[in-house]
This record gives sequence, C-alpha cells and structure tokens, in this order.
Amino acid sequence: MFRGLGAIVYKETRHIIRDPKTLFLMLAIPGIELTIFGFAVNMDIQHIPTIVYNLDGRQESRRLLDAFVNSNYFDIVGYVNSDEEMYRTIVRGTARIAIKIPPDFSDKTLTAEPAQIQVLIDGSDSSSAMQALNVSNAIGLRTSVEILGRVLGIENGLPVDVRPRVLFNPDMRTTNFMVPGLVGIILQVVIMLLTTFAIVREKEQGTLEQLMVTPVSRLGLVLGKLIPFAVIGIAETVSVILLMRLLFQVPIAGSLALLAAFTMLFLVCTLGLGLLISTFTDNQIQALQFAFLVILPSVLLSGFIFPQETMPTPIYLFGQCVPVTYYIRILRGIILRDAGFADLWFEGAVLGGMGVALLALATLRFRKTLA
Amino acid sequence: MTNVIEARNLTRRFGAFTAVDQVNLSIEEGDIFGFLGPNGSGKTTVIRMLCGLLRPSEGHATVLGNDVVRDSEAIKRSIGYMSQQFSLYNDLSVMENLKFYAGIYGIPWRERAKRIEEVIDIVGISPYRKQLALRLSGGWKQRLALACALIHRPRMMFLDEPTAGIDPVARRDLWNLLFDLAAQGVTFFVSTHYMDEAERCSHIGYIYFSRLIVCGTPNELKALPEVTPAGAVRLELRCARVPAAMRALNAFDYVLDATIFGDVVHVLAQEGSERRLEEDLACCGFPSATARPIPPTLEDVFVTLTRQREREAANV
Repeated sequence: MFRGLGAIVYKETRHIIRDPKTLFLMLAIPGIELTIFGFAVNMDIQHIPTIVYNLDGRQESRRLLDAFVNSNYFDIVGYVNSDEEMYRTIVRGTARIAIKIPPDFSDKTLTAEPAQIQVLIDGSDSSSAMQALNVSNAIGLRTSVEILGRVLGIENGLPVDVRPRVLFNPDMRTTNFMVPGLVGIILQVVIMLLTTFAIVREKEQGTLEQLMVTPVSRLGLVLGKLIPFAVIGIAETVSVILLMRLLFQVPIAGSLALLAAFTMLFLVCTLGLGLLISTFTDNQIQALQFAFLVILPSVLLSGFIFPQETMPTPIYLFGQCVPVTYYIRILRGIILRDAGFADLWFEGAVLGGMGVALLALATLRFRKTLA
Repeated sequence: MTNVIEARNLTRRFGAFTAVDQVNLSIEEGDIFGFLGPNGSGKTTVIRMLCGLLRPSEGHATVLGNDVVRDSEAIKRSIGYMSQQFSLYNDLSVMENLKFYAGIYGIPWRERAKRIEEVIDIVGISPYRKQLALRLSGGWKQRLALACALIHRPRMMFLDEPTAGIDPVARRDLWNLLFDLAAQGVTFFVSTHYMDEAERCSHIGYIYFSRLIVCGTPNELKALPEVTPAGAVRLELRCARVPAAMRALNAFDYVLDATIFGDVVHVLAQEGSERRLEEDLACCGFPSATARPIPPTLEDVFVTLTRQREREAANV
C-alpha cells in the first residue's frame, strides 16, 4: 500500500538539499512577508489630514476644532477661505477631510440653538472615511451634550454612562488581531504552492510518466511527496510564530501545545489542497492561476480582513469552505483569548475533516494513468 | 510457449481522433521488435497502452501474460520503460537516481548495493557515478535511463525512440548493449526512425496513420509482393551527375519509381528493362550508366508502402 514511500521521501529530500537557494527562500519568505505585511496591515487609522474653512473664528469654534485635533484622528494641515478651495483640496488629495464652520456657530451654541457644521469626507478611501464619519459624529454628539448640560445645569455627569471594557487585547492593537491571521494566510499560500509545484514540475519534466510505469503505489507517491513539505511547513510555522512573538510583541495567551496540534490539522488541509490543485493542472502557470482560486478567498473571505458576519449569505458560506477560515479562528482564539480545546473543538474537527477529505479526494484523482 | 506481447484490435481514441486503430501484434520472447512509422502515427500511444499508462478504447492486449487493463500493476513490476525524452532527475546524481529507482522497485536492502553495481557495469557508467544527471551528455543520459529501467531485472523493455538525438557512436554502443541483453532473454520493443536500426531488429512493425500496415522479419518485409510488384524489378543505377540523371529517369515510362541514395539511384522499373535503361540514359548524356538488380532495402519497403497508402487515401 505504501510501496515506494521511502524512495520518494529520499528523492524529495535530495531535491530540496540540492537546491539550497529554494530551501532558504522557503524558510525565509514567510518571515519576510510577515514582517512587511505585519507592519503594513494596520487599521488604526489616525492623523487623517484635515483642512478647515472657519467662517466664525471665535472661541467656541476653536474649542470645537481642538476637540477634533485632540481625538488624534485629525491633523489640521491647512486653512482655506472658500468653498471652492475646500473642495479642490480634497480632490487633489492633500486633505481627506474638510471642516466648515458657519459664521453664526458661536452665537448659536451659546443660546443652544441648532448650529450646523459641515464635514466633507473623501470617500475614495472607504476605511478612513468610515473612521472619520464615526469620530466626527461622536465629537458632535459630545459637544452637544456638553452644551446641553451647561444649559440645563447638569453637573453630575450624564444620565446614562456607558463604561465599555475591552477584554483581550485591551489596547485594541490591530497588530495583535491581524498578525495571527497573517500567520495562517502565509502558511496556506506558501505551503500550498510548494506542494503543487513539486508535483506539477514532475509532470512538466516527464518524470511523472516514468514513475507511473513503476510499481510505486499511489499512496506511497502522494505521501512521499507530502512528508518533506510537511516538515518544511512545520519549520515555517515555528519561525513565523516566533517572529510574531518577538518582533511584533504579540503575546500568546493560550496553550502552545494546543496550537501545535491544530496547526498539524491545518497543514494536512494545505498539503491536500496543493495536491488536489496539482491533479487539475499540467504546468506551473496553470497551477498558479488555479491557486488564486484558493488564495483570494483565503485573504478576503476568511475573516482575515473583513468580518464574516457582515457578508451576504452565499459569500459567507463560500468563506466557510476555506480551511484557513477555521485556522484563523483557532489562531486568534488561542493567541488572544486563551481559548482551550473545549472552545475550539469545532474548528479543529472541521479542519481535521477537511484535511482527510482533501487528501482522499486528491489521492483518488491522482491516477497512475495518463489522460 | 505463449507470446510475450499479444495485442488484439488494440484501439485508442482521443475524442474524435483515432490515434491507434485495430492494431494486432505478437512478439515472442527474446525478440527485438522494431516499431517504425512517421511522427504522430501512434507509436508512443501503442507503447503507453502496452505499459498500462493509457487504457485502450477498444481491443485488448497482454504483456507477459498480464492484461494491460486489469493487471497493469503486475506488468509495471516486470517491465522497464524508457520514454522519448529524458525523464530522470537532472538535479540528482547518477548514483542517487539509481538508488531512487532501486527503492521504487522494492529491491531488498541487502541486494540493493550489489544490484546497483551490476547495472552500472552493464551500461558502463561507473566513471560518472557522482555526476549530476544534468551534466551527462545525451548518450550517457540514455545509458543512465537504461540502467534505471534495468534495475529490477525486467523481462521486457519498452524503449521509445531511445537513440533520438544522440551521436552515431553512442547509438552503436546502445544497440550493442541491447543485443547483449536480448541474448540473456530480455525482449525489446523499440520505436525508432532510423532504418539502420530497423535492419538490426529481429522483427519489425510499420505503423502509418494509426494502422499497423506490416509486421514481420526484415527479410519477410523485403519479400512482400507490394514492395516489388509483379513484373517489376529493383535496380541500382550507377552514373555520373546523379541528380540530373534522376530528372531524366522520371521521363521514361517504364520507370515506376526512383530515389537517390548517395551516389546511386534506386530504380523500380519494369522487368527486363535494365539494358534499355542504360541505353536511354546514354542517349540523354549519361554514357557510363550501369544498372544491376538489387533486393529492396527497408527504406524502399517503407517508402513504397507509405506511397501506396497515400495513393489509396487520395483515391477514396
């Protein structure tokens, strides 16, 4: 059943040793990617360049602008003197936000009449636009409440005081949230591609045809190909997790042993996916195209960047078919929330099931005959 | 004694295209079977079916008594296969390639080193054992491929154009090796384009446009009536200015066919026209032309058969 397994492992290991450059790249690239993306993927949007068109100019209006600046979300980069100029500055991209304060702002706030201020937001970058929208609304609300309080003579604080407390990752560092997800994405992409290429290359070079006329068993051939890459996958995981801990200072709250166990299940899925893709494709170019079918959903639909809860149902369900979805939940659960087996058994079971199914499917498709 | 290979109505279609059409073959133990035919005529497809790599669309075949569909794994254990292009690992050394195939064929550990030395001796690749396969010349690559294919002592070897693109000396050496192995009882199935190689085979099959047209020993093929039709004779014509003479020949109505072979022309002409040919040529300005009857060469056989088929196809 496993006929030829040892020989295939021997050969694959030789290939890897014979090509130290590739081996180095295999081990270094995930780390390099994590470093680059780990710093790039930062959703704490602050210091948005802002311009001001202040027609009022008195103390009340300056107090309001201070509130904007003190929020840390807005940096005033200039003042303008006309609607036209305000609009042009945003089109040019010099500022993303423009705040226009009408001439009667101070008068109206003093008498607690409704005073309108206009905030123009550049919607071409939707995430900073969203942030600006929320923060400016909040500043408006708080300023209003202060004014109302003053008018009504309330001094003991607000009637309802919400005191939120953020559990796990109290500083709300996006790094802590994103980097564990990134670990999953990078492992998925790198190991899947390596596995696919190792097999498709043999198709391209005709060496697979030679193997097919030998008595090597399918399982021996498939496992022999996968085992060396599983070892590399484990080495990559360790290096990437170390980097996350040491460079990005993301503390690991939960059990390393549990993380290791679930990582194995995830590796099986990834290797299975790589193998499956190789059965559909004849050369490395095709394989790369095919791999994107897995890579894009892994990045976009797995909950790595966008929360899955807000996705339309069919897209959400598609996202549930990607193994990395579950692995990211596991990573965030263990690393950030100290989740245990009791909390994550479902994700683990899905990964295990997917892994076995993918490997079985790929092995069945991997025929020892041509065409 | 049953035949090593028996194929009955072996057919393979790829979509609407029939790559191999109703091929029947019998090959006996110890034969060197030369498989000839133009490119794209189905040679490789036949070999792949016999090795269990492709399923026949119709018909069936046995190799060493095993059915190519049901018992393909049993076939794979007892045959060696060398494909058209070099298909060993360029980034592994000669020794590593051999060790790998010894492992794949499950040579027991105790015998492995000894067997590897044996095949190294057979093909004589000893000086290169540490060399990467990538750095071997074409001829040595073929020897390494042969060594890998021999590691499990196969009784049957399939070689798909083993000498394509290697130099004449290496070609001769490889054939001598095949004869040595054939003498030890290994049966060979070799596809080739080279007529000199075909002459060295014990049996030959000629496949043209998916159909096996003829099959037999070289002498049987040369004696085929289609090759030298009744009332015709094959002549070797020696004369000066061969290409010019060739043009003159084609104008004579008793000349059925003419082909240049170096400094001579092979002519298929009506019986008893030798003297007439010499005289007519003398009139045309080739005074020293001499014609003598010769048996057909294998090239004559295949050219004649191919032309006949083309004419038949054109008339249909």
